[in-house]
Amino acid sequence: MTNIANPLLGGLLIGASATLLLLSHGRIAGISGIIAGAFREPLAGRAFRLWFLAGLIGTGVVLGLVRPDAVGAPDLALAGVGVAGLLVGFGTRLANGCTSGHGVCGNARLSPRSLVATLTFIATGAATVLVVRLAGGAA
Amino acid sequence: MNAIVAALAGILFALGLALSGMTQPKAVIGFLDFFGDWNPSLAFVMVGAIGAYALGRRLVLRRAAPLFDTVFHPPASAPIFTTRLIAGSAIFGIGWGLVGYCPGPSLVAFGSGAPAAFVFVGALVVGTFIERVPAIIERRAARAVAVADG
Repeated sequence: MTNIANPLLGGLLIGASATLLLLSHGRIAGISGIIAGAFREPLAGRAFRLWFLAGLIGTGVVLGLVRPDAVGAPDLALAGVGVAGLLVGFGTRLANGCTSGHGVCGNARLSPRSLVATLTFIATGAATVLVVRLAGGAA
Repeated sequence: MNAIVAALAGILFALGLALSGMTQPKAVIGFLDFFGDWNPSLAFVMVGAIGAYALGRRLVLRRAAPLFDTVFHPPASAPIFTTRLIAGSAIFGIGWGLVGYCPGPSLVAFGSGAPAAFVFVGALVVGTFIERVPAIIERRAARAVAVADG
């Protein structure tokens, strides 16, 4: 039986984080947008993004030191990882959101666009996993 | 204070990702492996996150303004379903399914020092910039026209 407590609790934390960002800065916790905006806006407007990303990445630094088993690595050659990164970077900006922006925040407010986005990326994600598996796994 | 709270939000987000197991690409790909060894964890993460944010958002939006800003910044409104939305989501999903990383977890992994995450995040940033190219070209062209028109 899969442990569902940790996923649920982790999800609650994610929802709490998004609530906090909305309360403090009035912003949507959509990570792809936060990353993109971190490069774009004038510094005064983007400081919160830089701090948020610092918290996100910084926690990764700590986890890497004290709980390395909590963070896993993908099972794919680096060239494939690079291609995946390009697709995710490009695709999330085209769609104006990702799993946090559309998947969590958009669906929480019953946005039809976000529902469509979510179903679409889950569908192509699942199709990709299937194709990779049928092709004998990525080298 | 403003900065600390923003950083705290980032910390909580990362902790949520780690606790939920979403920093394990295997768990993400396991969820997408509908026809194989299905791992439903991600569904429960979504339920928890959406549930918590749906409630939290409702409470927060009773306020006139956020704590450190004068206005709330709602998501950009757009026509309901656009090619951009669907094509972009489809493309994102392929990348996600290949590697089991989406932006948030990849940054946590980046912090933890995973070489694959360095490659992924670097490529993600490049992809982000590539998406902007048409808009940048268009803006430069419009400015050139404005200058030419005097």
